[in-house]
Amino acid sequence: MDTQLIKNKELVLNDWFWIVPDTSNEEVKKQAGKVVQFKLTGECFPSDATLNNVILPEAEKVIVPLRLFLLQTDKIKKKYKEYGIWIYSHDELDLFSHLKEDINSFPVVGVYVEKFADGRIYSLGNLIRRKLSYKNDLRALGDVFKDQLFYLARSGFDSFLIKDGYDAKKALLGLEDFSYSYQGTLSQKPLWGER
Amino acid sequence: MYKYDHYDRKIVNQRVDQYEDQLNRYFNKELTDEEFRPLRLQNGLYIQRHAPMLRVAIPYGLLSSNQLRALADIADEFDRGYGHFSTRQNIQFNWPKLEETPKILRKLADVEMHAIQTSGNCIRNITTDPYAGVTPDEIVDTRYIAEILRQWSTFHPEFALLPRKFKISISGSKQDRALVKTHDIGLELVKEDDNLFVNVFVGGGLGRTPVIGQLLKEKLPIEHLLSYCESIIRIYNLYGRRDNMYKARIKILVKALGVESFKKQVEDDWNDGKNSSNHLNDKEISRVKQFFTSPDYEVLESIHLEGQYSEDQNFLKWIKRNTRDHIKIGYRSVTISLKGKKQTAPGDIQSTEMRVVADLADQYSFGEIRSTHEQNLVLADVKEKDLFDVYSVLRENNLGEANIGLITDIICCPGGDFCSLANAKSIPIAKSIDNLFDNYDFLFDIGTISLNISGCMNACGHHHVGNIGILGVDKDGSEWYQITLGGQQGVNASLGKVIGPSFSADEVPAVIKEILNIYIAQRDTEEEEFIDCYNRIGLDPFKEAIYKN
Repeated sequence: MDTQLIKNKELVLNDWFWIVPDTSNEEVKKQAGKVVQFKLTGECFPSDATLNNVILPEAEKVIVPLRLFLLQTDKIKKKYKEYGIWIYSHDELDLFSHLKEDINSFPVVGVYVEKFADGRIYSLGNLIRRKLSYKNDLRALGDVFKDQLFYLARSGFDSFLIKDGYDAKKALLGLEDFSYSYQGTLSQKPLWGER
Repeated sequence: MYKYDHYDRKIVNQRVDQYEDQLNRYFNKELTDEEFRPLRLQNGLYIQRHAPMLRVAIPYGLLSSNQLRALADIADEFDRGYGHFSTRQNIQFNWPKLEETPKILRKLADVEMHAIQTSGNCIRNITTDPYAGVTPDEIVDTRYIAEILRQWSTFHPEFALLPRKFKISISGSKQDRALVKTHDIGLELVKEDDNLFVNVFVGGGLGRTPVIGQLLKEKLPIEHLLSYCESIIRIYNLYGRRDNMYKARIKILVKALGVESFKKQVEDDWNDGKNSSNHLNDKEISRVKQFFTSPDYEVLESIHLEGQYSEDQNFLKWIKRNTRDHIKIGYRSVTISLKGKKQTAPGDIQSTEMRVVADLADQYSFGEIRSTHEQNLVLADVKEKDLFDVYSVLRENNLGEANIGLITDIICCPGGDFCSLANAKSIPIAKSIDNLFDNYDFLFDIGTISLNISGCMNACGHHHVGNIGILGVDKDGSEWYQITLGGQQGVNASLGKVIGPSFSADEVPAVIKEILNIYIAQRDTEEEEFIDCYNRIGLDPFKEAIYKN
């Protein structure tokens, strides 16, 4: 099967259309100051204008940016059979509070990392599971390959869209890098319980 | 000391497999340089000026004699017969071949060692007091808490790719020998009615923006230690700056937010997660603690060494400088100086010397060795009656330098000779200062003082907290040295002040000599140490004398 999607520890067909707005013309925030700006320096978001210009593709199932969903909720709900949402790794968790829907009404929630070395995705996984009590498929999107998978899985993610050009079959093995882990997570007890 | 069980062994062996696979994919061009970089760094592998550099972890500075022998074997087989102890209590090999690194890691795994998280933007080796467990001013033995932290921080799934490196240090004594106030997180253990608590400091650090850490949480019950650290690092992971590596440490975030606002965010996160699965229980604390019980000390009487060895002034000098009081009568802790005239660089040690130290540890100190952030080695439990024998062996092997805490006990990074980050060389500066002191009387007359050298503002040589600090700077492509005075580690940690415009390498020894002459002229009594004299008279007398010409 030619697929880049790993879910529940196996390669599965990817029938989700992932909508990514073009941000290449957006302004990158430069000034650091208070915390929010601090977190955003060097980052950019699609503007409302960009989001309003996104043409919704023909598909059955889509994953759309949460920012787009908030702007075009009705259109998206009407057009698609199933829809999930995703956030940028530099988005605030608070963005979810603008949703009128229960987060668990979405079958998929994604977190996007532009660069492999961006470790915010792991903490966001923890927060989405713990603070927002999200129960369904949490998906890693973007610059994702074998070497993040073990950590991502332990941070609450259960599906991974492997970056194009990277061997997804090999990546799958990354989930088995270690047989044991010292520390506990939201779903696993620490190793000391077994000792 | 801590012994691996089959879980630890499996984890370390699987790490070698994982690293070998990453290296192979890099060689096969399945990983780019940019992708491989954080992966190799998390395993202590740098690409340096001449060759890769491999940094091996010595968790909280504790080492067995067999482990030290294995390091000697690795130095002989894969390097040029020596290693370098770093200011993070680790050891570095400067000349391994990239393709041989998995083999080295397997040899390390055989003796329960690794290079995990010795570099990269993750939680680094946990450091502590090298005299933990044997020092008379101890309130709590930090070693078992350090081991609990080591395990918790190893491959923590959330904190593999932080904005920048993250250093944790822990102290349990009245005197802070672990520099807790210059760490990202500094932990101070305290005891009340037999219950263990932690004072948590945050946002300290050296580097190009030196900051003294601030108290974030007082008297945190020990069971919450891991969950509280998780909340601190989580907030840092999410909000720390990532676009500018020079402003990415937690100290910059804490400063920008203010410690109160930072604390609020940490506590908001912690309050609903503190009883999570990493809530420590008594069973786990006692399980790890049992690895660090006292060895079988003999009941001894104290020996009056001054009387017995009155003709051997060199030995007595060494006793005075290189040994310290022990919790048990009849024992002392020995610090072996790696800053002798024969060492090529401060902290360097030949494989033959490693084996000598390992044998001494076996014969006289329960087979254990500790490394210090001052880049020396410690035999923690030597009987007073064995001290002369230990000293004799050390002296025969060029390890008998009696200079602990003196000006030639220089802390120094590898500098421009090896490190690709450095602006200037640091080892030749250390050597040129060392050469000022052929006269031991002068050296001893100056007394306790610290001199720290860093080859660039990353401050691996801790120059900010040296009584005298020397920093290599680059001015229009040539190497210059900025001198600071008044830095100090410990409970009264302070950062040195810049004395004025920087000097060329040739000028440095004369400037240091002038600083010392002023101190000797100005001190109240011979007992007044350099730092106390400096705090009394200030920077100006030094400045005036040095720049008058």
